[in-house]
Amino acid sequence: MTNTITPERRAEERPTPDRRRQMRDVFVEFVDVHKSYGSKLVLRGVNLKVYRGEVLVILGGSGTGKSVTLRHMLGLEAPDEGRVLVEDEDITQLPEEELYRVRKKFGMLFQSGALFDSMTVFENVAFPLREHTEMSEEEIERAVRERLELVNLPNTEQLMPVDLSGGMRKRVGLARSIVLDPKMILYDEPTTGLDPITAQKINELIIDLQAKLNVTSVIVTHDIQSAFSVGDRIAFLNRGVFEWVGTMEEARNSDHPVLRDFLRSSMVTAAQPG
Amino acid sequence: MTSAVDVASGPSGRRFFPRARAKFTGTMAYVGELSQLGWTVLQMIFRGPYERDLVIAQFESIGVRSLSIVAITSLFIGMVLALQTAYSLAEFGGKLFIGKVVSLSLVRELAPVLMSLMVGGRVGAGMTAEIGTMKVTEQIDALRALATNPIRKLVFPRVFSTTVMFPLLTIISCFVGIMGGLVVATGNLHLDASFYLRSVIETVAFNDLASGVMKTLFFGFAIGLIACFNGLRTTGGADGVGRATTMTVVSGAITVLIMDFFLTKLFLLIG
Repeated sequence: MTNTITPERRAEERPTPDRRRQMRDVFVEFVDVHKSYGSKLVLRGVNLKVYRGEVLVILGGSGTGKSVTLRHMLGLEAPDEGRVLVEDEDITQLPEEELYRVRKKFGMLFQSGALFDSMTVFENVAFPLREHTEMSEEEIERAVRERLELVNLPNTEQLMPVDLSGGMRKRVGLARSIVLDPKMILYDEPTTGLDPITAQKINELIIDLQAKLNVTSVIVTHDIQSAFSVGDRIAFLNRGVFEWVGTMEEARNSDHPVLRDFLRSSMVTAAQPG
Repeated sequence: MTSAVDVASGPSGRRFFPRARAKFTGTMAYVGELSQLGWTVLQMIFRGPYERDLVIAQFESIGVRSLSIVAITSLFIGMVLALQTAYSLAEFGGKLFIGKVVSLSLVRELAPVLMSLMVGGRVGAGMTAEIGTMKVTEQIDALRALATNPIRKLVFPRVFSTTVMFPLLTIISCFVGIMGGLVVATGNLHLDASFYLRSVIETVAFNDLASGVMKTLFFGFAIGLIACFNGLRTTGGADGVGRATTMTVVSGAITVLIMDFFLTKLFLLIG
């Protein structure tokens, strides 16, 4: 995976007619979701549909509730008001034990990778398999090796998380999140804190996985370059609601003042020499 | 002259009551959530299933690795007790009561409480720091996202192990403490070893040992629970982990001392 993302290559990865048909099928839906922490109101009536097979990028400034939205999809947070539907099932009122069934549909890449530091890379990636499958040790070994190769980290099985760089930790986290073949992958700030080359590699990895695994993806980021490299649609979160949702092309031509400012200033920041 | 009503409704009064109410509500919420976690863990203890490897690892971490701290503490407490008894009861022929005083004090009170304070501080702080770090680095969320119950994976093995290990460590503590008394009784006070040991055996009844050891069953459960709970509710990075750890050591020690009084009363009533 040494190729960079060219517009041609990105066009090749764009939804096929089959995928477009799939995209009408809603995978996750937010209906008037409110969430506050103490006196701070974070989500003020969020409505959003994530279609099967698409790559949705959630954009927004720091502290606008992007990660909180992502955590609601998994049921890691429960809304104060409103409903979250996963494949038409309302998960809002489900008890924790019931949510585990729902969470197996998802893989999540946390901002820091969230690797278990007492375990090796191999044990981290094997963890979900040992927890939720009856696979033999040989089968687990094979599956872990395959996933590590998929994220371009072969021969790292015996390393501890402390021995890995930031980018490697995220890739191991990604390998762990896809090891159970989820239907949907959630990325929380996948390129934050990485140098541009590593960030580019992560973007390529996301596109590759999308093509190989045929999953639905939601990416939370404020990295515009990354958003336009990998996304099919953008949902712009501002003041606790999605103020704008549309395709990449529509985003470029949008006259929404805050989104326009956000895109412009992000492009300027990205263009400035470090 | 300012009346009490004026004070309460004045600017400082307006600040005091909401703050006191918030503090009270916070404490009640803490106790409520702690009890809820305790009930969940109790259900897991009685219903299983037990993940053997995790439990054995905690037995080792909590029990085996605490042996040296228990042995050193107990040995010197036994020795000091023997010296103090001989000194303070000298005019009543205190030397003859050394075996009785040392064994009874250790078995009924000192070994269970001091062992729980020492080991509780060591393992409680470790558990809170470990789970707290996992919390602030999103590892607990990762467990939940991977459809794994962090209470079953992290809390249950630790609380179960402290509950089982504390009584066992107490028995060891009693034995080592009594041996410490023997060292002083024979070495310093020139008592006959068989006289000392006979006096110990004649003094300590099964009830004495049972009440002391039984208490630590509760201490172990409480310390494990408090430590894990404080770890799970840690927020705010390294600073938060530090605060949670301190809170575990302090609240664990206070809980042991308060529980000790009520459990002692209860066991005295039961006989």
